[in-house]
Amino acid sequence: MLAPVLIAAEKPVLVPDVSARQVQIRYSFTGAQLLLFGAVVYPGGRPPDRQVDIAVVLRGPVQPILVREKQKIAGIWMNADSNRFRSAPSFYAVASSRPISELLDERTAAIYELGVHNLQLSPGGGALPEKERRFEAGLLDLRERRNLYQENPAGVEINGGVLYRAVITIPSQVPVGTYTAETFLIDRHKVIAAATRDIQINKSGFERYVALAARRHRFLYGLTSVLLSLGLGWAAAAAFRRQF
Amino acid sequence: MDIYLPIAGQSVNALFIVALGFLVGLLSGMFGVGGGFLTTPLLIFYGIPPTVAVASAATQITGASVSGVMVHMRRGGVDLKMGGVMIAGGFLGSFVGAALFRVLQSTGQIDVAIGLLYVLILGWIGGLMLLDSLKSLGYLKVAAPDQPRPRHNRWVASLPLRWRFHGSGLYISPIAPFALGFLAGTLTVFLGIGGGFILVPAMIYILGMPARIVIGTSLVMILAVSAATTMVHAITTRAVDVVLAALLLVGGVIGAQYGALLALRVKPDMLRLALAIIILLVGLRMFLGLFWHPDEIFSVEYL
Repeated sequence: MLAPVLIAAEKPVLVPDVSARQVQIRYSFTGAQLLLFGAVVYPGGRPPDRQVDIAVVLRGPVQPILVREKQKIAGIWMNADSNRFRSAPSFYAVASSRPISELLDERTAAIYELGVHNLQLSPGGGALPEKERRFEAGLLDLRERRNLYQENPAGVEINGGVLYRAVITIPSQVPVGTYTAETFLIDRHKVIAAATRDIQINKSGFERYVALAARRHRFLYGLTSVLLSLGLGWAAAAAFRRQF
Repeated sequence: MDIYLPIAGQSVNALFIVALGFLVGLLSGMFGVGGGFLTTPLLIFYGIPPTVAVASAATQITGASVSGVMVHMRRGGVDLKMGGVMIAGGFLGSFVGAALFRVLQSTGQIDVAIGLLYVLILGWIGGLMLLDSLKSLGYLKVAAPDQPRPRHNRWVASLPLRWRFHGSGLYISPIAPFALGFLAGTLTVFLGIGGGFILVPAMIYILGMPARIVIGTSLVMILAVSAATTMVHAITTRAVDVVLAALLLVGGVIGAQYGALLALRVKPDMLRLALAIIILLVGLRMFLGLFWHPDEIFSVEYL
């Protein structure tokens, strides 16, 4: 009974939670809203007088990707150049109680990968630095506009210095897998506590079945698609012949 | 009403897709074409990944051509022997097309290849059809040719190995319809189009088949090749989205029936003029798309 209190006497502790540990993708899935919330337990149970800040990050599974760039060649826009990124997160959202640049210095923010521009994308080696930067900017811009990468500098609401909450919206085109929700407690330009929760995003029911079938039983899946189209075509023809 | 597509991995408005299928089905019923040349570009404009759009459009073409095949079979408007030769060519073409598709996909040039081919084919066929229908509607005066068109194309007649095709009343080399089928099969895999609007004029003008069996035979060919293409895509690119295809089909098969009814009330030459204009408009949009500054300079490919 006494042990946690003794440890807690050193530093504040974060107790985070999420509104859903599992998100199921069903036929009606158009994206999801996740509530990331929790409490800060201070030593002695009393919040400090100054304002502390919270940043929450939700990130999706990392994927190796190839980014292509279109250029105008002989008047036609075509893919002319490409660059590999070995560890681009498929989804990344950060919400904080104040803009990240006010919370942490650039180096610390980069260490914790706080902020879209601090993501470690691991570009494939060999390319010139300016080319890498161009592709990185292109990728970030593309994904920010699709809401796959989000930054909300006023997304965390803190109540009484103890309770915090943030809402993050996930668009429908995110991949399945294990997502992690990280919470950082920031005080005087330092991260003083951090905690992580996992969230599973899965296809379920029919959607899961179809995606699996398309991957594992390719021939049967193709055959089913063909039979379905033949059947529907025949049914419509039969229905209409009777009518007219 | 939004619905999630398990293969495309995104949600779409189901009513919009059904309406799109209906519109395309209406056209295919009216004009006797598969309508893939409209489905694929429209799905891509809507934001479906191009590979998924091409693969699922092929599935829709199968369904849309079923009722047409049934009607023509009953009327005896199908030359099964000719159709069989073309289907054999079409199967081979779809395999070669799939191999080419993968090569272009891995070098990142598939979008441009699809765009360029669409522009060339739609411009060429649409232009020919426009001239033809304007002539027959009397808007365009042409001097009557001095001698009637020879029934047999010189190149086709010079090919070795002749077979008798009783349904078409032709004695020609099977190489010509085989090559035609091959071309149509390649295009189906590549562009998600049935190739009906290429096959029909080619069968009339190059092979010299009588018009009464051309539509039925080309529909049989499209049915078989689009079914084979669905299989090829399911096995190689794994991009057939059965939910997307089903949505398109529900609208498409009903639209095809209304289209066929509508076609009976409109003058055939007017129909052809309308089809020519639609084909040219789609081609023009694709043409401009090649030169306009694209919406997205960067694109992401998953490894």
